[in-house]
Amino acid sequence: MEDPIHELDLESDLEELRKTFKSGKTKEESWRKSQLKALLSFLEEQEDAIFNALMQDLGKHPVEAYRDEIGPLIKTVNHALQNLKKWMSSKKIPLPVVAFPATAALVPEPLGVVLVLSSWNVPFGISLEALIGAIAAGNAVILKPSEVSPSSSSVLADVMQTYLDSEAIKVIQGGPSVGEKLLQLKWDKIFFTGSKRVGRIVMAAAANNLTPVALELGGKCPAIVDSLSSSWDKKMAAKRIISAKFGTCAAQACIAIDYILVQKNFAPTLVELLKAEILSTLGEDIKETNFMARIVNKNHFSRLRNLLREPGVEESIVHGGKLDEDNLLIEPTLLVDPPLKAGIMVEEIFGPLLPIITLEKIEDSIDFTNANPRALAIYVFTNDKKLMKRLTSETSSGSIVYNDAIIQYIAETLPFGGVGECGFGRYHGKFSFDMFSHEKTVAYRGYLVDFWFRYPPWNEQKMWLFKSAYRFNYLGVVLIMLGLKKS
Amino acid sequence: MTTEMDAEAAVKELRATFSSGKTRALEWRVSQLKALLKITEHHEEEIVQALRSDLNKPEFEAFVHEISAVSAACKFALKELHRWTKPEKVKTSITTFPSKAEIVSEPLGVVLVISAWNYPFLLALDPVVGAIAAGNVVVLKPSEIAPATSSVLAKLLGEYMDTSAVKVIEGAVPETTALLEQKWDKIFYTGNGKVGRIVLAAAAKHLTPVVLELGGKCPAVVDTNIELKVAARRIISGKWGCNSGQTCVSPDYILTTKEYAPKLINALTCELEKFYGKDPLQSNDLSAIVNSNHFDRLARLIDDEKVSDKIVYGGQRDKSNLKIAPTIMLDVPADSLIMSDEIFGPLLPILTVNKIEDSISEINAKARPLAAYVFTNDKKLKEEFIKNVSAGGMLVNDTTLHLTVSGLPFGGVGESGMGSYHGKFSFDAFSHKKAVLQRSFAGDLSARYPPYTSKKLKLLKALLKGDIIGIFRALFGW
Repeated sequence: MEDPIHELDLESDLEELRKTFKSGKTKEESWRKSQLKALLSFLEEQEDAIFNALMQDLGKHPVEAYRDEIGPLIKTVNHALQNLKKWMSSKKIPLPVVAFPATAALVPEPLGVVLVLSSWNVPFGISLEALIGAIAAGNAVILKPSEVSPSSSSVLADVMQTYLDSEAIKVIQGGPSVGEKLLQLKWDKIFFTGSKRVGRIVMAAAANNLTPVALELGGKCPAIVDSLSSSWDKKMAAKRIISAKFGTCAAQACIAIDYILVQKNFAPTLVELLKAEILSTLGEDIKETNFMARIVNKNHFSRLRNLLREPGVEESIVHGGKLDEDNLLIEPTLLVDPPLKAGIMVEEIFGPLLPIITLEKIEDSIDFTNANPRALAIYVFTNDKKLMKRLTSETSSGSIVYNDAIIQYIAETLPFGGVGECGFGRYHGKFSFDMFSHEKTVAYRGYLVDFWFRYPPWNEQKMWLFKSAYRFNYLGVVLIMLGLKKS
Repeated sequence: MTTEMDAEAAVKELRATFSSGKTRALEWRVSQLKALLKITEHHEEEIVQALRSDLNKPEFEAFVHEISAVSAACKFALKELHRWTKPEKVKTSITTFPSKAEIVSEPLGVVLVISAWNYPFLLALDPVVGAIAAGNVVVLKPSEIAPATSSVLAKLLGEYMDTSAVKVIEGAVPETTALLEQKWDKIFYTGNGKVGRIVLAAAAKHLTPVVLELGGKCPAVVDTNIELKVAARRIISGKWGCNSGQTCVSPDYILTTKEYAPKLINALTCELEKFYGKDPLQSNDLSAIVNSNHFDRLARLIDDEKVSDKIVYGGQRDKSNLKIAPTIMLDVPADSLIMSDEIFGPLLPILTVNKIEDSISEINAKARPLAAYVFTNDKKLKEEFIKNVSAGGMLVNDTTLHLTVSGLPFGGVGESGMGSYHGKFSFDAFSHKKAVLQRSFAGDLSARYPPYTSKKLKLLKALLKGDIIGIFRALFGW
């Protein structure tokens, strides 16, 4: 239920943030450090509150919550604190000898007042990764968490807010109409994580104010599984695949494995491996063992149920398929070769249904992947170096990961972001700082040296001097200047 | 003339070319860059003629600002291409140990470059150099307001380039609209904020990332105690010596102290006469105004009754030749027409302040410009200026030159634009930086997987904190 009084405050909230930014407070290194340290305290002191919220919103187990949200965030804050001075400093640029400016540097500055629109599936992780970047870069921020994960949203607005400087950082709760109102205001950057449909709305609203945006959208991340021979490799691959699908918010993650591509003759082996792994890690009855998150709400539950009900899909189920609507639980479900035109193979699944598509040869996965819109990640399980090389150079995706999945999320030296329909802009590590910064070019000249031939009136001689200078023909320049060379 | 269907057909053909993988090959990119270089080397006359025809641009400016700049961009890209296309190895931390990581540049795909009229050759080809170097296929839409150059571009690129991958589509609003309705992998636009918004809104429909190189009112702050003659020359060069002020980074207006203003005006008028003579309308070294629309717009700025008594130099015009003489105004009111939008012409208002430090807040009260300049020897003012003024780029003690250096990114912030280019930044603007992470099956951390236990939680905590002792303790069950 949205608070009407709160809606009226949005403009004055923004005004306050603009004033704070103008005062220069958020640019100070000490302020940025203090806010980052405050976030660290929040994460360490409020662990239980965060665990409870995620359990309520998504049925996320505390270990999964720590592994995927709290842990990476603590790592990110520490990384930012350690590197803040370096990130904030000007970078000197070496210039060629004939360059007219004497010295130059790139000076990072904050963009100003930024808006972070977060999503419901990794509510703390996504909100805070962006928040950390925005703060480290010296901006004032408004964060709007997703109303689809209300407990997490409350913890952010009611608990985390108390740790932070509310004159510069505000958490505003609300649904689509609050989002709409926020989008009508003028921001210096908008960072959005969510669906393509809403991404278009965000970017169209930003266009009115020439606001740059970064969009983290979705897509269908394929896992290409080669025929592996060693039993260790097979077990590892199966473990990682299961974890990257069912073990990550029940596959409600933008970088979860969406579907598998495997060679026909290896498919039966793979299916058996996956079944065995599901049983040993998630247990026979997921409601009892409680290691798998649940579906976030009835809407998404119905959406997933409808995907299974399409013609040809239900028949392709080889494992699982049980739906528990009261508890919003769906069993880990494996399907082999559902129709390629069915919804389950066209839309992003975002749920614990794993289609396995068989191919004549594993190399066909290149054409298959390229025929579809680019995804946030391509996962490949193989020992074949030639195949790896081909896949890296012949496919395009946000990132490509070999022999594992999801883990690129915690590699802070790698940019995290999409390409094509899965979005643009990137963050994590220093990329977050850069995402919310403007790199200002600053060049300096002295008065001493001035090229007299820079100025009109123009004549042939001056023209030739320039031509020589541009061709780095110093001798020519000197000779002409001394009048010893005819132009 | 291009209709909706022509735009669609062109994009379809380009997409097929891109899918074939041809443009990813380094040899292809090198061949295309060499072809562009040939154009600048073998067709100088033609290009200079076109620029004279469109803007009465002096041959000197045509060569220095446009032709040689494009040639330099091609040469730089050719020299650096193998370095730019090499994957960037990246360190990994204990959280993903053992692993290997790198960042690989790949082309975005089918890109659209929409160019401007004031440097019609440069602003068309400079981005195209980046797009090709990065392995994309390109549609270039040159500005119809510089028609002779647009024709020359269509003709020469049609002759020299691989037209299955690089196309020039000429036209005005209907053609541009048809192009903007297509799905692109990136759009690069140079021009004004009004059309910039239209481009961004069109891009939103397809979630296409954009680079917008827009404009703004670039201020030049002039302090006392400087080499006034040199400063004056550099201001003149950046203003009237750059297409008669029709340049996105020309100093738009000046800020100086009340006492210094007369000295500055003196120096400017003295040097102006040396450069352009007593009757500048007769000088062949000044560009004309591009068309009668803009001529009338600028005439209105001069005729504004709020400024008519503030003119201290110049003001002469010749409508038949679309020429306006270098004009300087002193202390125009803040609400005059000339101070509301980017001037983009040969008119230079000088605003005075009591203390030179006040100029910083004057500048910050306006939208962030593409460039900001300060002429000073005062270290403190220099530092204050750099710290407190936000702009795309800044240059101390000169104007506009920072654009010529390929090691510096060129782009705006806020109303002056988003994204940047030049040199490697052009390559990056048209690339996707793909993260590649390689792990082996060997090292595995069982704590990652269910069944979840408190021991696993302890281990994960220690690992993600990078706490070696904690890791040992958790592993040994302490």
